[in-house]
Parts: sequence; structure tokens; C-alpha cells
Amino acid sequence: MNPYIANTAEDVEKMLKAIGVPTIDALFADIRPQHAPKSFDLPAGLSEFEVVSQLNRLALKNSTGPIPFLGGGYYDHYVPAACQALISRSEFYTAYTPYQPECSQGTLQALFEFQSNICALTGMDVANASLYEGGTALYEAMMMALRLTGREKVVMDGGVSPICRKLIKSYTHNLDFQFVETDVVHGQVDRQAILKLLDKKVAAVILQNPNFFGAVDDHSDIIEQAHAAGALVIESVYPISLGMLKTPAEMGADIVTGEGQSLGLPLSFGGPYLGFLATRKKNIRQMPGRIVGETVDAEKRRCFVNTLQAREQHIRREKATSNICTNVALCAIQASIFMSLIGREGFRKLARLNFEKAEFAKEEIAKIKGVEVKRSSPTFNEFTVLLPKNANDVIEAMMTRGFAAGFPLGRYYKGMDNYLLVAVTEKRTKDEIVAYAKALGEVLKS
Amino acid sequence: MKLMFEKSVAGRQGVKLPESDVAIKTSLPAKYLRSRTAELPELSELDVVRHFTQLSQRNFSVDANFYPLGSCTMKYNPKFTEKVAAMPGFSDLHPLLPQLRSGEKYAQGALEVLYEAERWLCEITGMKAFTMQPLAGAHGELTGIMLMAAYHKARGNKKKFVIIPDSAHGTNPASAATAGYEIISVPSDNKGVMNLSKLKAVISPEVAGLMITCPDTHGVFNPQIDEIAKLIHSVDGIMYYDGANLNAIMGRARPGDLGFDVVHVNLHKTFATPHGGGGPGAGPVGVGEKLEKFLPISRVVKRKNGSFSLDYDYPDSIGYIASFYGAFGVILKAYAYMLMLGKDGLRATSDHAVLNANYILSRLKDNYQLPFDRICMHECVFSAAKQMARGVHALDIAKFLIDKKMHPPTVYFPLTVKEAIMVEPTETESRESMDVFVEAMIEADELSKKDPAQFKTFPLTMPISRPDETKAAREVKVNYFAQEHDR
Repeated sequence: MNPYIANTAEDVEKMLKAIGVPTIDALFADIRPQHAPKSFDLPAGLSEFEVVSQLNRLALKNSTGPIPFLGGGYYDHYVPAACQALISRSEFYTAYTPYQPECSQGTLQALFEFQSNICALTGMDVANASLYEGGTALYEAMMMALRLTGREKVVMDGGVSPICRKLIKSYTHNLDFQFVETDVVHGQVDRQAILKLLDKKVAAVILQNPNFFGAVDDHSDIIEQAHAAGALVIESVYPISLGMLKTPAEMGADIVTGEGQSLGLPLSFGGPYLGFLATRKKNIRQMPGRIVGETVDAEKRRCFVNTLQAREQHIRREKATSNICTNVALCAIQASIFMSLIGREGFRKLARLNFEKAEFAKEEIAKIKGVEVKRSSPTFNEFTVLLPKNANDVIEAMMTRGFAAGFPLGRYYKGMDNYLLVAVTEKRTKDEIVAYAKALGEVLKS
Repeated sequence: MKLMFEKSVAGRQGVKLPESDVAIKTSLPAKYLRSRTAELPELSELDVVRHFTQLSQRNFSVDANFYPLGSCTMKYNPKFTEKVAAMPGFSDLHPLLPQLRSGEKYAQGALEVLYEAERWLCEITGMKAFTMQPLAGAHGELTGIMLMAAYHKARGNKKKFVIIPDSAHGTNPASAATAGYEIISVPSDNKGVMNLSKLKAVISPEVAGLMITCPDTHGVFNPQIDEIAKLIHSVDGIMYYDGANLNAIMGRARPGDLGFDVVHVNLHKTFATPHGGGGPGAGPVGVGEKLEKFLPISRVVKRKNGSFSLDYDYPDSIGYIASFYGAFGVILKAYAYMLMLGKDGLRATSDHAVLNANYILSRLKDNYQLPFDRICMHECVFSAAKQMARGVHALDIAKFLIDKKMHPPTVYFPLTVKEAIMVEPTETESRESMDVFVEAMIEADELSKKDPAQFKTFPLTMPISRPDETKAAREVKVNYFAQEHDR
């Protein structure tokens, strides 16, 4: 018995008769005997109850219990119940790409609103309807800058997430252009290192704010210099921080991307997540991915459609701006629900809460003997701490005390084995932060 | 319907946030701060709930409507898999946990899901190993082509071209071009499949490989597929299997046995994960022995003691293609679906998908021209050529179906068929729902004889009539606020 197949034996018989073949096997005549599977050795099916129990046992093997101070670009933010309830409407999640706009206005308008919300947050003119996730979105932004400038060199700041940098290197090591990374500096961008690399070949400078170490910066000066050299600037941003921080548009950035997980999506072990990409209006025809635009119907009523499709693979095939087809529409709608629930004033407050809790955590942690909180630059909700011993040892000991203490920077950076990256979101209470600092002090004493 | 921004009223907020319990009064220096708050809407929780509920009611969906969108496999998405993905042990799991030293112990359950889902896909497709990382079908294609390129580079092969049938999805040539290859397009023969002799005409030592959907987008299984593989392998080319149509052949044939070296599987098609209005999907990529060492890192491995861990030690790997381990929530749902169906359920899935498509084909072939009049696999392609002669196009028929509360089939794809109407009912549809569709299609044909002009007015029952797509592209309006400022 298979609850997802409706055909009964009687149905099958009637259908085979209508088709004019004696058996289902006869429908597979083109698959010749020599094509038969050499093996199809799979277990028998289980009941719904059995599968749920089995997977619940696996779910319980994962450590979601420790109080998270772990971020690295992916954060434990509160997801309002209404957000989950609305995105669980199957009219959204069991639809597909809105190829037929008349019966897809729900998805289309929701994506138009998502684009508008991303523009509101970043200050940019136009945004697409999403890309897979933050890392691949940054890759797409880089390819877009290469197309826009016709140049061949990309400069990447060392403060950009190493997760994104590694990914971009995999995609591009076979392609014909130069890729230069500046050295990692702990705080704000090393201006001189970037300026030295700016020449007539540079298509784009890639920056991140706050950067991987949590440092907040104002990149206006770098962007001005890059523009003077004819280069574009791509800013990777953390959306929650934009409730407070200077927007990439105010700094003068040309393309803005980021990871949208923090906008109401669960951590879910790395995905599905949400990449977003926004830019200046003049660049829109080189923007990758689906874009929803406003228009009118035959009665002049406002409505929404997928637009500028001449950029896309199903029209342009090998000449498309990107090979991307599906985006992550549902995640984009989820983020838009989140943004509309939090709202204008709420978003400012949410950012402020993140900032304050992290500042408080800095104060508490700085009281611990032998621990240095790095203060070379301002931070938003994540910061680095220099420990008197290996961060991995400390993290393991903290786990047994019920805290996911942070991320060991030595994992990605040579010579930083004693550095811990600590994230503090609005969900962390004063009591949790105090308890964290206390546990950290004890761990370091032992 | 009003936009959320037009419903906004200053002072409203949809979520109650906590008051700050820490005494921090300082802020950042002004130069780091935005000059004014972001213009997000101001709405109460009910405002938001009603807005999105009303938006959702302006969508057709599998749960509410027959949705025979060809090539997209819009099968029913089981509810229990949503429940599994929402388990806090999975949904709250931070992806960086297993990257801590000895950190895999914090994510044993999730790593087991990835490992076991990979084993299932290997057995279903006949491949040796999978990467679960690709985040969509097209992303899987790009990954597969990168593997192809890595193979040729390692062998010192000078390769320039990827061969793709003219009936292929647009993502195939776009993916191959993104990875730096030039495309050779090969036409299909009158049976709807790539012709071996036409392939022989373009084969050369510079061919890197072939990308093909099997069964192909005409809904036909190429009976010469093993001979095509031999030909491609004779120039050390790579056989790429686009798994878009895997739903047709589970338990009947495996790409690995047919000679394919690399495959991608669309979990959101064959393995019943929701399409989400256009994602998130997942496009895991499987490889045979030849390409295994090039797979992306990290890979999930099972240790001798039965525990699972992430392994990065593959010097020939193409590197990182996603930030983490794939669209985990999607993979989890697909794994739950596979566990429930099991061997017999998966085979029955393909059997009934093919049966249903042939049922529709047989019932409509008197009314609609068949470009390839033969048994089909899981989808059937008609041409509205006869109706077009009366002034009614495939698009008009699609709009007619919308008024019948059915999502139209795919139209104008594949590009090889004039006025194409591509129907994929999937195994989850009942005979009754297909009969309703068939009767509507027959009614459309009859109406095209009596009153073709009427079609241009369809749909009549939707919140909107046909949109002006040219205007959308000419006067680009993609951001509510930009419009406000422009005015």
C-alpha cells in the first residue's frame, strides 16, 4: 500500500485498456533487457509512524541543547510563530515557479515585496528574487561585476568570510581571470593593502561589513578610490546589522549581497538558506536570477510577472547571465514575512538589542583574567576574544557546561589558535551571558 | 491587492520584542550608523497574517489544483516530511558545530541522514558516491560539469565542446558555458531521441562530454543510450545524466548501469520535496569510480566504529561548491520519503507515473497532434498545431485551463516541438482528476473550432487577466520604493 498512489487494480486495468497495452511492463519496452538494473537492493518501506520515530531518534543525537554563542555568519535569531505559520501555507510551498502569472499572483507579489524590503534594508535601487545562499550569491555578484566592467581582476578583502572565499576559489580556478586576496587583518579593512592593488584591470573589490571578525567599518573612502580606478565594489552584508549600520548604498557600493538566514530562517544544519543580491538600477540587465516586476493586466489593474527573462537560461541558453533556474522563493517569502512582522521600528530595535547584548558580553568576558577582548574596532553582535589557551580546548570544555562557546578562528586562520569568535543575538539573556562568562572563567582556571 | 507597504500605518509592529536587560547606553560613532531607519512596513500581526493568507489564496498549488507542469514533476508533497524537518534537533542545528575540533559528535544524527541519503541515491542510480551539496538542479549541473573539467585536466585532455541535444533544458547549455565549454547542439530524430548517426557526425577528440536527460524531454527513453555512451567514451568523454526525469525509471534502469559517469538528481522532483514556489530545491550529484576523487569537500564518511564524520582529505577535489553540506532540510525530507516508500514503493512510483502519462496521451491523441506517436515515459508532449491553424495557441489553451482551476501543463517547451504542450501528471494523481483534465482539453479543442477568438479573453475567473509582459520589461519596476522616489 502506498498512500501517494491513487490507482487501484481496477483503475490500472481500465487505463491499460485505454492505452492499448496488456501490462505496465509493456510501457517500458524501450528500456531493453540489457538496460535492467544490475542491483536495486533497497530496504522495504516503512509506515509513516516508523519513519517519524526513526528520524526523531536521529534528531535527538544532535547537540541543539547547548546555549549558542556560535555565529560565523549564521545566527540563532528568534523566528516569530506567525512567520512559521504563514510559510507553512501549502498554497506557497506546493506551488512552483510562477510561469503562469494569472494563477501565481500570491508568489509573485510576495517576491516583489521581498525585493522591495531588501532594497529598503540595503538602500539599493533593485534586488532580485533570491539566489541559493550567501556564498553562491557572492560568487554571482563577482561574475556580474566581471561582465559589467569587462575587466579581469578581482580583489577580495581578507575580512570576507573564509567560507565564501573558499567557495569562490573553487568556482573560479579554471576561469580566465586574476583573483587577489589581501592579508587578513583583525579589525577594519587595511586600506593601503587594497589601494595598492587598484589598477586598470580591477573589475571589483569585495568587502564585507561587519567582516568575519565582527568588525564594523565605513567603507566609503575605499569605495571612492575604487570608483576612481574604474572598479566596482561588492559589499557582503549581514541583514540584521542593517537595522543600525550605515547602508552599503550610503557608502556608495555597486552590488550588495548577503546571507538571509538571519531573516527568519532556521539554522537547519546549513540549509536551505537565502542568498540576496541588490544593485543600482543601471546594472539590472546584468543581474543574475529571477526578477519580479510590476505591470498591468488587460484591464489596467496592477499585477506582477517574472521580468527581464531575456537574461535567463531558458531563453538565452549558453549566453545567459547565469545558469541559475530555480531560486529559493519560499525562503525569500519567509524572510519577507519576517521583515514585515518585525517592521520598521522593530528592526531598529532588534539590531540595537543585538548590539547591546554583545557589548555587555564583551564587558563580562573582559573581566576574566588572562582573556583579552579585541577592541581595535567597533563591532555589531560578534567579536573576537584572545584566550590564554587553545580555543578548541576551551570550546570542548564549555560544551560540557552547556554552552556552544563560539567559533575557533584557528580553523581558518594560521596563528589564531587561541582566538575565539563569539556571537551574541537578541535571544541571549543577561543571565545566560553572565553564566557564560562565569563558565569561561572556570574553564580557563582549570 | 494592496502591497504590504500600502497597508503600513506608522506606530504598528507585528512582533513584541524583549526589553533590553543589559545596561548599555553607548552606541557606535555616527559615521557607522545609517542615516534613517529602513522603510520596512509597519503592520500588526493580524495585518501581516491576513496579507499573506490573502496572497496565498492567489496561487494555484499542488495541494489545491491539478498541476501537470511537464518536466517539473509536481507530485504531491507528503505532510509528514514537513514534520520531520521541523524537529528542533534538525532545524536548530548550527552548521558550524561539526567543524569544531571533534565536533562531529555534536551532529551525529544529521551526518547520518546525509550519509544514508547518499547511500540510497547511489543504489537508486547505480553510482558509486554522491555529493549532497548542490542546492538545485542547475547547481548540480554546474557541479557535474566542474567534475568533468577536473577529470580532463587531470588526464591532460584538451577538450573544448560539450554535446547537448536540442531538446534539453536551457540550464544544460548555460551550465556548460559557465564552466567554460562551447556547446554543440544535436537535433533529435523523428522518434524524438538523439540520433546516433547525427551524434557520430559531431564527435571528435575535443568533445569533453555529453549532457542528456534520459528519458529525454520528449518523454522518450533512448533505446540506444548504451551505444551513445560507448561512442562518447571512445573519445574519453564524460556521460552526464540530467536527472530531471528520473521519476520515470526507478527500479527499471539505473544511469550508472547505462554508462553514465555523473548524474544529478532533483530531490524536489523525484523525491517529493516541495517546490516552494520556485525553490529551495536540491540537486545532489552522483559519480562513478572515474570521477569520485574529484567530488566536492567536505564528504560525509562512516568510521569503523559506526560513527559519522566530515572528511576533507581529498587532494584532487574540486573544492567547495556550497557554504555547507547542501540544502539539509530538503535532503532530510527526501530521505524520509525514501524510507517510507522503500524498494517497492519507489518502483511503483515510476510505474504509475508512466502509466498515468500514457493514459493522458491515449485519451488526447485524437484531439491534439502528437509529434512522436508512441508510448511515452512519465510525460507526454503534444503540439497545438491543429488548434493554431484555427488561431488558438498553446498559451491560449493554457489560459483556458486556468479558468478550469487547473494549472496548465508546460507550454513552448521543449523548443523542438512547435506549440508544445508538455503534460506530466505524476503518479500521485487519480484517474478522476486526469479525466477532468482530459475533458477540459477536449473542450478546449472543440471551442477552438467554434469560437477561437474567445480564447484571447482567458482567463476570466482569476484576480487578474493576462499581464502586459512587454511593459514589465520596458518600464522596469522591481522595487516599490524606487517607484515612490521616481514619481
